[in-house]
Amino acid sequence: MAKIIYVEIKGNRKEVEVKTGTTLMHGAVLNGVKGIEAECGGNCMCATCHVYIEPSQLDLLPPKSDDEEAMLGSTASPNKENSRLSCQIKSNDSLNGLVVYMPPRQS
Amino acid sequence: MSDLSSIVILGTGQGGFQLAMSLRDEGFGGRIVMVGDEAFLPYQRPPLSKAFLSGGTDEEGVLLRPPGYFEEHRIELRTAARAVRIDRAARKLILGTGEELDYDHLALATGARNRRLAVEGADLAGVLQLRDLAEAIAIRGLLSALREVVVIGAGFIGLEFAATARAKGIEVTVIEAAARPMARAISQPMSEFFQIKHQAAGIGFRFGDGVRRILGEAGRAVGVETISGEIIPADLVLVGIGILPNVELAADAGLLVEDGIVADEFLATADPAVSAFGDCARAPNRYATAPIRIESVQNAVDQARCLAQRLTGNPVPYAALPWFWSDQGGLKLQIAGLTTPHDLAVARGDPAGGAFSVYCFRDGRYLGTESVNRVHDYMLARRLLAAGIALSPSQAADTGLDLKSLLT
Repeated sequence: MAKIIYVEIKGNRKEVEVKTGTTLMHGAVLNGVKGIEAECGGNCMCATCHVYIEPSQLDLLPPKSDDEEAMLGSTASPNKENSRLSCQIKSNDSLNGLVVYMPPRQS
Repeated sequence: MSDLSSIVILGTGQGGFQLAMSLRDEGFGGRIVMVGDEAFLPYQRPPLSKAFLSGGTDEEGVLLRPPGYFEEHRIELRTAARAVRIDRAARKLILGTGEELDYDHLALATGARNRRLAVEGADLAGVLQLRDLAEAIAIRGLLSALREVVVIGAGFIGLEFAATARAKGIEVTVIEAAARPMARAISQPMSEFFQIKHQAAGIGFRFGDGVRRILGEAGRAVGVETISGEIIPADLVLVGIGILPNVELAADAGLLVEDGIVADEFLATADPAVSAFGDCARAPNRYATAPIRIESVQNAVDQARCLAQRLTGNPVPYAALPWFWSDQGGLKLQIAGLTTPHDLAVARGDPAGGAFSVYCFRDGRYLGTESVNRVHDYMLARRLLAAGIALSPSQAADTGLDLKSLLT
């Protein structure tokens, strides 16, 4: 379990408890966080669950797979150093306090 | 902003839901009513044949949004509600209960249903199909006790189910009328690749064969007799022989139907108060030479967004790039563009190594790319297609050429 802080594009902060093993994408969708589309349902197929991770916390996350890297190459908002696909990151205790920013657009 | 005050969406699938959500995102403040005959909140179908059956997700995990979303966004959701008639003159949708829903605009997102197998024994217990959540729940409940299954139809659903069942140690035989798997949807080289991989996993195939009848004992299916005369035992028969669009209400209401409710590039029907989109609609497509009915999540979702824009006063013709995917036993098939029918298929990569792409052409024109475990190729294909770049067959075949260089 980790408390994840999602920051919507208009600046609203939503603190959500996300169970260990649940993806950051599902944690956002199930808790009504605006700004994630996740068209493919978390299959790393669509790049519409793009998020920006608080840069100082990037080290908490497992590295990107080649597939995720490739999908990030065609996100609707700019692909930055701290870009990730939220369907590829599963919650666990060590992510407590992680801050996740929504991008301006997903499609 | 539009002058509509009440929009009724017929269909609570992924397309219908996306329209409701996009209407609110675009600032529509009027009444939204969603009507659908399924008992569940809107959910995703793609995981049903994969993660849902294998236990990787559950009923909550496939929901598109939690229950509270609908109330918070003032989306009136009528589940387990059957629509029986559209009264276009009075702008009313009539439900089976007799209730009449007034609309300023009616969006038809009625989707499709499974094609039924018309042979003796098709109504036996244990003969199942897999499209909706109720069917997936039923199959999931049976799966752990199954020893041998027969899958009728080697399309996406049949093969996704076959791979999931095989991974659980179940004996699986797939019967297919065509000469190869997914013959209508993918190229010969990609088809062969999947056949080899599924066979290596222990799935049996009977190509060029069909079902004469399903054998039963005490009302339950126990096997399948093929047209060639073979008898294959089965404690479950999964029928995946394609889908039929749900067009009857539209046809009864006098709307034009040609294997799909006919819509224009704005997803409008001939009645300005009625639109149609997703699996049930036939509409012009920038990537097709004639209006086309596409069965995919991408199409339903992108058409819903396009329609939401028009209904909120910002009409733009539908122009999204078609894309598809299928997960089969650890193999990830991704398709960018409308790749069939094609007359030339050029492979790049290493099929033996389990990662390659097929570039499809018709009359020398690039149509799109099928990729397996080559996400970079797939994403690059999406960019090439969206940019209208005319990749040639010789460029596709030239492994020394970095296709990315064509983008600049």
